[in-house]
Amino acid sequence: MRNVLFSAILLLFFGGLTYLAVDLPFGAPRATDMDDYFIRNAQAQTGANNVVTAIVFDFRGFDTLGEATVLFTAVLGVGMMFRKLKEGEEYEND
Amino acid sequence: MKMTKIVRTTADLFFPFCLVFGLYVVVHGHLTPGGGFQGGAVMATGTALLLVARAYDDVTGRIRKGAMKACEATGLMLFLLAGLGGLFHGRAFLGNWLAQAGGLFGNRVELGANAGDLYTGGLIPLLNFGVGIEVLGGLTVILLYMLSGIKEEKK
Amino acid sequence: MSSRLLLALPYFTVVVLIVLGLAVMLSKRNVIKILMGVCLMESAVNLFLVATGYRHDAVAPIFTNVPAGPMALPTVQALTLTSIVIGVATSAMMLSFAMVIYRKYGTTDIQKIQKLKG
Repeated sequence: MRNVLFSAILLLFFGGLTYLAVDLPFGAPRATDMDDYFIRNAQAQTGANNVVTAIVFDFRGFDTLGEATVLFTAVLGVGMMFRKLKEGEEYEND
Repeated sequence: MKMTKIVRTTADLFFPFCLVFGLYVVVHGHLTPGGGFQGGAVMATGTALLLVARAYDDVTGRIRKGAMKACEATGLMLFLLAGLGGLFHGRAFLGNWLAQAGGLFGNRVELGANAGDLYTGGLIPLLNFGVGIEVLGGLTVILLYMLSGIKEEKK
Repeated sequence: MSSRLLLALPYFTVVVLIVLGLAVMLSKRNVIKILMGVCLMESAVNLFLVATGYRHDAVAPIFTNVPAGPMALPTVQALTLTSIVIGVATSAMMLSFAMVIYRKYGTTDIQKIQKLKG
């Protein structure tokens, strides 16, 4: 019973998402003003040939700073989890 | 865990090429596909290859955890300092104060399709380099921590 | 309907991947398998972002020796880059959580962990 209900809900979800996906235009995006501005002005304003890099590091540089901070914090978290255990401290399972 | 001699030798052979290719992707980030994150990930792949092929204790002599942590912190500091430099040149934080200025990475770029000049882009190559070092250090430290966890498990 | 579905094939792939990831996340009990579901949904979102920015007969938005023609949208590609890096960070965190859970409880089954709690 639970399995049938679960499958039904998933199928419903699948159908809804497919209904939304069919309407999306592939290959011809509708609102492109911002991207056209970036393609036209990225070289003149940042001097970089690669528009994606120009956006990542210049137009959205603050975003990238946050991203680098997230990576740094993740490394700190992993280091915290695998810290050396203190004398006499043990995991329960060991 | 140790692989066969063939695998170990191949990994040793490929390790420097991985680093050089990653550095190439980082340095040419503003001209070709790629950039700091991708190049750093390629460099970290080299260390992952070494870690998979050899035992953990074999590798720690060549790749030191402390050095990698320093790499990571240095990358983030480079990013922050390069961004702060804009404040002293009448720009906003992370404003591109080196672009088209004639100095370091300040050559004028031809508009439209061109062959690509390494000394353009202003702040972008510096930030690319900082992020590349940070990703290399971060991913390598994560791998080292996880594999050291496995080593304790075996004991 | 079917021809329109074929036109929007990348979006349909995104839908399939998202539903598969959700099904894996909700039905499996192994922590590692739940993590695989999360990563599947992550990939689906990345594919969706890149597909949104595609233009017919477009080239990558890089000016080095580029042929003439329209360029694909660069902003979504930049966002995908951000998303991939965040995905790597969260995957590393989740994997280390799984390793710590296994070391503490000796199992990766979430229902057994709930019973063993306390």
